[in-house]
Amino acid sequence: MTHVTALQPGRTGVLAGQGWAETLTGVVAGLSWLLAAIAAVAFEDIGDWLETENYAIAVGVIGVAIVAVALANRWLPRAGAWVLRAGPWLIALGLFQVVWQLAAAKFGWVPQPFFPPAQGIIEVYTFEYDELATHFLASFRLLVVGFTIGAAVGFVIGVSIGWSTKAGYWVHPVLRFIGPLPATSLLPIVFFAFPTSWSASIFLIALAAGFPVAVLTWSGVANVNTAYYDVARTLGVRPLGLIFKVAIPAALPNVFVGLFMALGAAFTALTVAELVGVKAGVGFYIQWSQGWASYANVYAALILLALLCSGSITLLFRTRDRLLSWQKGLVKW
Amino acid sequence: MVALEQPREPIASTGASLDIDNVSHAFDLDGSLLRVLDSVSLKVEPGEFVALLGPSGCGKSTLLRLIAGLEPPRSGALRENGEPITGPHPSRVVVFQDPTLFPWRTVWNNVALGPEAQGSLKRQRERVDATIGLVGLTQFAKAYPHQLSGGMAQRVALARALVNDPAVMILDEPLGKLDSLTRLTMQSELVSLWRSKGFTAILVTHDVEEALFLSTRVVVFSERPARVKADFKVDLPYPRHRGDPRLAELRRESLALLGLAASW
Repeated sequence: MTHVTALQPGRTGVLAGQGWAETLTGVVAGLSWLLAAIAAVAFEDIGDWLETENYAIAVGVIGVAIVAVALANRWLPRAGAWVLRAGPWLIALGLFQVVWQLAAAKFGWVPQPFFPPAQGIIEVYTFEYDELATHFLASFRLLVVGFTIGAAVGFVIGVSIGWSTKAGYWVHPVLRFIGPLPATSLLPIVFFAFPTSWSASIFLIALAAGFPVAVLTWSGVANVNTAYYDVARTLGVRPLGLIFKVAIPAALPNVFVGLFMALGAAFTALTVAELVGVKAGVGFYIQWSQGWASYANVYAALILLALLCSGSITLLFRTRDRLLSWQKGLVKW
Repeated sequence: MVALEQPREPIASTGASLDIDNVSHAFDLDGSLLRVLDSVSLKVEPGEFVALLGPSGCGKSTLLRLIAGLEPPRSGALRENGEPITGPHPSRVVVFQDPTLFPWRTVWNNVALGPEAQGSLKRQRERVDATIGLVGLTQFAKAYPHQLSGGMAQRVALARALVNDPAVMILDEPLGKLDSLTRLTMQSELVSLWRSKGFTAILVTHDVEEALFLSTRVVVFSERPARVKADFKVDLPYPRHRGDPRLAELRRESLALLGLAASW
């Protein structure tokens, strides 16, 4: 009978349960990353990759660090909480790397060069970082300039047709006719109508981004509760003030929906413009690498593109959360 | 509950007189003309508290919009202190049934909108603070409208109107959507504010008791298009007592004028 009672967790055991769960999750996560490191060094590469050793060291160090944080979580409450929350993801990522390593680099379960191993992609970053940076900055500039112009013009058009019936009379039919056209379908015209492929790309991105911003700003301004205008007018707010102090702030939630859609449209226009037009940018780099069948470079560039797009959306949502903090129940990103 | 100034004897009135002269108004409704006001004439003395009673949809609120200057009348003239009313002016502010606070502005910034629009906010910051204090919401100055209860929101709307030091306060069923307890409290607050500030008040309400409890004079309108059906003084001193037999008597008479005699 004594050993049965010994197996039952004591009071302290129950209280410390949380700590043990963290430790266990963290240790397993660390071990899965160490397993990936072992998989990288235990077998011979079937291809000619230069970063296998560095990859194994990096993954191994990360694995050891995760185990260390897990064991020390009593003294590092915040790191401990992070390990508990991210633990299942860390385990999954570690195991994925084991399978990826074995399948791509060691036993050739997936065809090369279409599915390069992690060290193949890392090699692109370590050997071609300056070229990648150039292309990344080119894309970044196109996106920022094109999106800013498109959003600004779209916003001004949206406010003016929402506010003035005369502006609406002239702009609305144009917007209805041209707006829904995918910006990329204008490619053949745009690239000879503009002096440089760069300005043509800016135009395409701005056009793609401008339409959703214009439409949503317009509907936001047009749907402002008229009682707001009545109150503002009796308090002595003049027409210009009605636009800037009432119409625009009231339409802002709509404007941000438009900006969100505009970003998506801008990404599409950006990659298409780069694939067919400009001779710099992540999209161009992807196309060019594919021509050389260097798929590791394609993946490396895709990861950068994903960071650019996801980063832009995060930035937009952060801005919105700050500007619209007066609203209830915002979607978290 | 609310830090109002103690009710004093009415101070020298700062209110304006209103002169509504043979005003008629109508709306275009799908091509047909909907007549809402029919030759309404009304003289309001400075500092009076006039309650407008009438059947639902008879055009009382339209009359308030005309007084506020939000719309011009089809015919007739409206004058404030003898001057024709041609558009909205901060001397005639409106408090609507919905508080209509700007949700993107804090309580403080909502109240400050009037001075801000008139370019006097720099000199009036303390006045904004004081007015928020007057309606008892100092602690909520930084709150956003969605964080307020219905009664608090309507107090902010009152403060937003009062900060302009209006000569005419136009009250379009301001307590209509509040629960009955808040409503009773705010009726007393309204009387105290009116008595301490001395503005002219025009109140539209559906509540006969509210009209009699608050006002110095009751104007009863007919069905649409509204005409003045009766106009009588409520000659009772303030502060009034809700159980006053004279109030009950006036209430019966008013309900009879509104065609509800049978229920009494």
